[in-house]
Amino acid sequence: MEEPIIEISDLSFKYPQQKREALSHLDLTVTSGEWVAVIGHNGSGKSTLAKLVDGLLVPETGTVKIAGVSLTSETLWDIRKNIGMVFQNPDNQFVGANVEEDVAFGLENQGVPREQMIERVRSALESVGMWDFAQHEPARLSGGQKQRVALAGVIALRPKIIIMDEATSMLDPEGRKEIIQLIKNLNQKNGFTVISITHDIEEASLAERVVVIDDGVLVQNDKPENVFQRGAALIESGLDIPFSEKLKNEIKNYGIEVPQEYLTEKGMVDWLCQFISKK
Amino acid sequence: MNKVILGRYIPGKSIIHRLDPRSKLILSFYFIVVIFLANNWQTYALLSFFTIMSVFMSGVSFSFFLKGVRPLIWLILFTVLLQVFFSRGGTVYWQFGPLSLTSSGVINGSYVFCRFVLIIFMSTLLTLTTAPLEIADAMESLMGPLKKIKVPVYEISLMLSIALRFVPTLMDETEKIMNAQRSRGVNFGEGSIVQQIKSVIPLLIPLFVSSFNRAEDLATAMEARGYRGGEGRTKYRVHFWRLNDTLACVVFAFLTVILLGLRNW
Repeated sequence: MEEPIIEISDLSFKYPQQKREALSHLDLTVTSGEWVAVIGHNGSGKSTLAKLVDGLLVPETGTVKIAGVSLTSETLWDIRKNIGMVFQNPDNQFVGANVEEDVAFGLENQGVPREQMIERVRSALESVGMWDFAQHEPARLSGGQKQRVALAGVIALRPKIIIMDEATSMLDPEGRKEIIQLIKNLNQKNGFTVISITHDIEEASLAERVVVIDDGVLVQNDKPENVFQRGAALIESGLDIPFSEKLKNEIKNYGIEVPQEYLTEKGMVDWLCQFISKK
Repeated sequence: MNKVILGRYIPGKSIIHRLDPRSKLILSFYFIVVIFLANNWQTYALLSFFTIMSVFMSGVSFSFFLKGVRPLIWLILFTVLLQVFFSRGGTVYWQFGPLSLTSSGVINGSYVFCRFVLIIFMSTLLTLTTAPLEIADAMESLMGPLKKIKVPVYEISLMLSIALRFVPTLMDETEKIMNAQRSRGVNFGEGSIVQQIKSVIPLLIPLFVSSFNRAEDLATAMEARGYRGGEGRTKYRVHFWRLNDTLACVVFAFLTVILLGLRNW
């Protein structure tokens, strides 16, 4: 489990029309089966990173290695088979005319025989709980359902890595929770490596590791508790802090001594109970 | 926008719904050609009977077919009146200058009317009982031989199916932009023609720009899912030619034979 699946070294990228580098000299390693959240404010280079990893963009300098193979124009299509991506806008990534056809699209591209395709489409849709909607057209689905279909399309391809490029940002809280729960299952039960690029701090706090990017530079790469401990600094770089941190700050304003380290929601509840019972 | 009958598909489980889209497409075109062979009232009666039977078999409410005729009614009436008043020959009932009402005029007029209505009914039947995507599939399959002369059949069909899939999405978006502009004071469909055309611009440009964004997103998503062009792809959606399709062709062949017999009555 400890072998690295993504190795990025000295990665830089600049968009043609812009002066500033979108990413500069980034190094990052992700081990197999890990869930990494990438956070950063708008325009910090998160999505660019995802596209570079999938070979949708060509870097200026540096290398990307996926499962030991470095990404070049020759290895591109083989590497892409290891990576499944879910994008932000649920409408714009729906290729098929209905749910099952959309899930089958990636399989069709790989030339999977039809009998096998039927089986894989079905099991992928069942795993996201959308099999009952197999015949539905995209216009009849909600945003969250469309994202679940997009996720099924990725699962059907059986990649090693799933990249969620702000996949929950256009969803309502309910749909967001469902998708996050699905990712969690995929990561823990099925052993997929997950990279989730997100604005949602609650989603990031569930990850095993959080990578903070600011203006194309990797600022921090650590466990969520260590990242969120920097509360004020995070807010300064245009990010948010989890609800439990906010609560802690509010309590602090009343002159009550609070623990320095980051507390999860459960940790916060425990601390509050202890604090009250001590009184 | 609800008046558009084209591409309006009514899901159902009738015999006609279950036919292979290829056979439906071929036979509908064939029928339109056959209509032009009819030349007397017996042949028109036969074709009308046949069309009405097909409509009944589809199980789709008759009002949908009338809706299909409605947008073309002025064209039909205009053509019919032209036929009625400008044809010569047969008994003359009434005459005024170049206008004349003759028996052959009345007959020709009613033939033209029948022809129009039958063509519209048959094509409506095709679009009502076949999902747009099935029609796209049928076209791809029928265009297959054109691959030999380097026609990009696969690309055309992918374009068609993506276009069809985005029709409702873009309709929704049009509605949204219209409402957004209305809430900022744009009046659609009011004032002089020049003003009306000008008021379309704040609708058209945002729609155009967002289509570009959509296209870009879609292309990225397709590429990320391994799309590399038509080569080496398998197909998830396939159609099977069944016994019913062969039977339908046989029925049409019979129809043609009877029609040719009645033609020279």
